[in-house]
Amino acid sequence: MFFSLLTNVFAGVEVHEFSNPDDEKIYVRLINELRCLVCQNQNLADSNAELAQDLRKEVYQMIQKGQSSDEIVDFMVARYGDFVLYRPPFKTETLVLWLGPFLILFLGVLFLIIFIKKKKQMHKTELSEDDKQYAEELLRTMSDDEDKK
Amino acid sequence: MWRYLLPLAVFIVLVVFLSIGLQLDPKKIPSPLIGKTAPGFQLPDLLDAEKTVSPDQYKGKVWLLNVWASWCVSCRAEHQVLNELARSLGDVQIVGLNYKDASEDGQRWLAQRGNPYVANAFDLKGKAGIDWGVYGVPETFVIDSNGLVQYKHTGPLDWQSVQQDLMPVLQKLTENNRAVQN
Repeated sequence: MFFSLLTNVFAGVEVHEFSNPDDEKIYVRLINELRCLVCQNQNLADSNAELAQDLRKEVYQMIQKGQSSDEIVDFMVARYGDFVLYRPPFKTETLVLWLGPFLILFLGVLFLIIFIKKKKQMHKTELSEDDKQYAEELLRTMSDDEDKK
Repeated sequence: MWRYLLPLAVFIVLVVFLSIGLQLDPKKIPSPLIGKTAPGFQLPDLLDAEKTVSPDQYKGKVWLLNVWASWCVSCRAEHQVLNELARSLGDVQIVGLNYKDASEDGQRWLAQRGNPYVANAFDLKGKAGIDWGVYGVPETFVIDSNGLVQYKHTGPLDWQSVQQDLMPVLQKLTENNRAVQN
């Protein structure tokens, strides 16, 4: 009886065999989280660049050797820098990158609220009694004209 | 006045950021190796498989590691710069890392275009390349006398970057070296 637990992962052009599904999950997660430095807008999973192939093989071999995903990520960052992480790490240097958009959104909404409030105040003028009567007369003559038509 | 000045101020800030950003080259990724020990390797020499090339052999000296390949088109333009540098740099030696190449092609290439290298590590699988964070060929590293990487140039060397960036680094490192030795 040959019940093989081998699973195959197709990424790029090569096939990697894994002896257990957990390893495969780690592999897939890592190659999706690491950037291809040649085609910089792709991760290792999508890129067909030769360096991406080499790095996928490296990730595979490190998993086979039993290294943890943290160790593999550290390996890559030590050689290529933080840019190899597709998702930038949350450090003091990247604080502006992470929080900036939310800050700008918050300021934008704030301005909007202030602007709307100001506009509302402009329209809240009360008419004096004379002006009220004049306005009502005008409205009556306009509707009389309508009836006559 | 403020309602006109504020959008203008925001616009100017955006323009400043954009003009800085458009001048940056995303292909030039800063190397995390700067200030760290040069990654080790033990590789056969391209021109003499019996000889071993390793960064340890250059301890105590300031030297350059140039990553190249015969299949790399931009390496051709850079090679003339390297040939000239080998003649004029004196104490500073240039070691080659022949990256993912076929040995006959690499040997032929050097025979045709000149050999500025004192030694040439033959990195068939590209493992040493990965350790040095090579992602584009050619790349050139400066290693100081303590074996620390002090500078990386991504892409082919041209005279402008040699004069503006490379030479000042080399001068500073060789001065430090001489001061320590005296």
